[in-house]
Amino acid sequence: MARRFDPQTLPGFGAIAALAFALLYLPLIVLVTYSFNAGDLIGRWEGLSWRWYAQALSNAAIQDAALRSLVLALVAAALSTALAVLAALATTRADQFRPRHAIAAVINQPLVVPEIVMAVALLLLFSMLRQATGLSGMGYLLAAHVTFCIPFAYLPVRARLEGMDANLERAAADLYASPLTVFRRITLPLLAPGILAGFMLAFVISLDNVVISQFIKTAGQETLPTYMLGQLRRGISAEIYAVSTMLVGLSLLILTLSFLVNRTRP
Amino acid sequence: MSLADARPADLAAPPARQAEARKSRREARTRWWLATPALLTIAALSLLPLCIVILYSVLERDSYGGILWALSGEAWIEVFFQRDIFEGTLAPAGAHLAILWRSIRLALITTGLTLLIGVPTAYFIGTRPAHTRNLWLFAITVPFWTSLLIRIIAIGELIRRDGLVNAALLQMGLIDEPLQMLFTDFAIGLGMTYVYLPLMVLPVYAAVQRLDPRLMEAAYDLYASRARTFWRVILPLIRPGVIAGSLLVFIPSLGDYVTPRVLGGGSNLMIGNLIELQFGQGRNWPLGAALALTLMILIGLALIPCARLLRGKAAPHG
Repeated sequence: MARRFDPQTLPGFGAIAALAFALLYLPLIVLVTYSFNAGDLIGRWEGLSWRWYAQALSNAAIQDAALRSLVLALVAAALSTALAVLAALATTRADQFRPRHAIAAVINQPLVVPEIVMAVALLLLFSMLRQATGLSGMGYLLAAHVTFCIPFAYLPVRARLEGMDANLERAAADLYASPLTVFRRITLPLLAPGILAGFMLAFVISLDNVVISQFIKTAGQETLPTYMLGQLRRGISAEIYAVSTMLVGLSLLILTLSFLVNRTRP
Repeated sequence: MSLADARPADLAAPPARQAEARKSRREARTRWWLATPALLTIAALSLLPLCIVILYSVLERDSYGGILWALSGEAWIEVFFQRDIFEGTLAPAGAHLAILWRSIRLALITTGLTLLIGVPTAYFIGTRPAHTRNLWLFAITVPFWTSLLIRIIAIGELIRRDGLVNAALLQMGLIDEPLQMLFTDFAIGLGMTYVYLPLMVLPVYAAVQRLDPRLMEAAYDLYASRARTFWRVILPLIRPGVIAGSLLVFIPSLGDYVTPRVLGGGSNLMIGNLIELQFGQGRNWPLGAALALTLMILIGLALIPCARLLRGKAAPHG
């Protein structure tokens, strides 16, 4: 028998991969399990119960933070996706447009700065603005979330655009469709899955953000993650596990949707 | 755009070329307009604030926690040294240096561990048959899109004194009493390895997917062992992915704030926590700004060897 190299069988690699998946999933499984624990004490299983979910859902502070987080994430994702779509249209399918690489680099810039640095930077800017204008309110949080969501919304939209056939749009233009009609009837429908993926990514990123929100929020502006971080100081409670499980469920749902949407190739 | 604006080359060109040039200029203008909203947002809310950080780091702090509009290098000195209140002499700031060192060490350990686990995992996923590969990839992506805070809380649950890991070790008789894992550097390293592992796997996977299996077969046919094939053929080919993954893990680890806060307790601080202290109880904004910039500089230093490694790898194989 000839020596054949089977690239699938590097010894030990399968075992390490199994370890990696165990490491990735075991903690989450334990957390989800304990969120259904009937007992008061974490760490001792006393049977299945919804009590922590009932308690979390009727907790006014959690309701308030959850609502704020959801609205913030929806609006920030919508705005950042809109900006990202325009920017992606500007920077793709244009070999003659030289500045496109520089523009893309600026748009991706928030990705290369550590979150804590961006948090500090925005804190300084916003405290100046608060002092100068006397305005406080959700506008600051929203502006921050829109900014760091832009690169995440931009990536899938750009990827989709790059895979799209420009001939369809050219054909429509040759048949005397106005640029606006071409965009509305050809470009937009073809781009839709990319836009949806970008929106969902931005939504999850905004929903999960802790560090930046933690630095720039003022009194009465708790988001769900900053509320949870604050609660951890007082010791862990299964109520937090219930909230976490619901958030994990939401992220999973959104990720599955975007996975399915993105399977439709342009 | 009028003819007067046109460059001489356009005037000399045939009318069709002139129309072409006009069209491409119009298109360029449209593209700039399209990019403007996003560019302005990033400029105003990311680039400008970074400039403000630089400015604050060279301002003087007043005794009430605010700042004075006077230039001062004091904040930068305070990053590394502490001034004796009575004599004004400088001594190395032991606490700060210990925290900087802990951050660098833990970020390096995290990068090393994610390399050890992540590269084989990415290789494993990349060599699955096409129809199951996407599912494996999905399985890596799910934890990645789960809130970082929640994953940190989950790993904390696992390693608590009365958590599952201690219970299992006690059960197996490996230890006599529960280990104190939570609120140690070990917990921070483990937590960061856990949360940043997908950031290593994804770029390495992308590189593995582009591997040409014939190269590995050729090496193996020429009597290279599997290990040698991996070290001499596979690893050099996926090097760009490995470097990208290492940076994607190293950068957020070095600047991590949530993991040390939740898993490190109050005493095992990293740079991120030290920065936050200056804006909270420390009330020393210039020092906080200087520390944030120190973090940026450390990351810049990490980028240099990576850029060199990438450039050294310009010659294509095969």
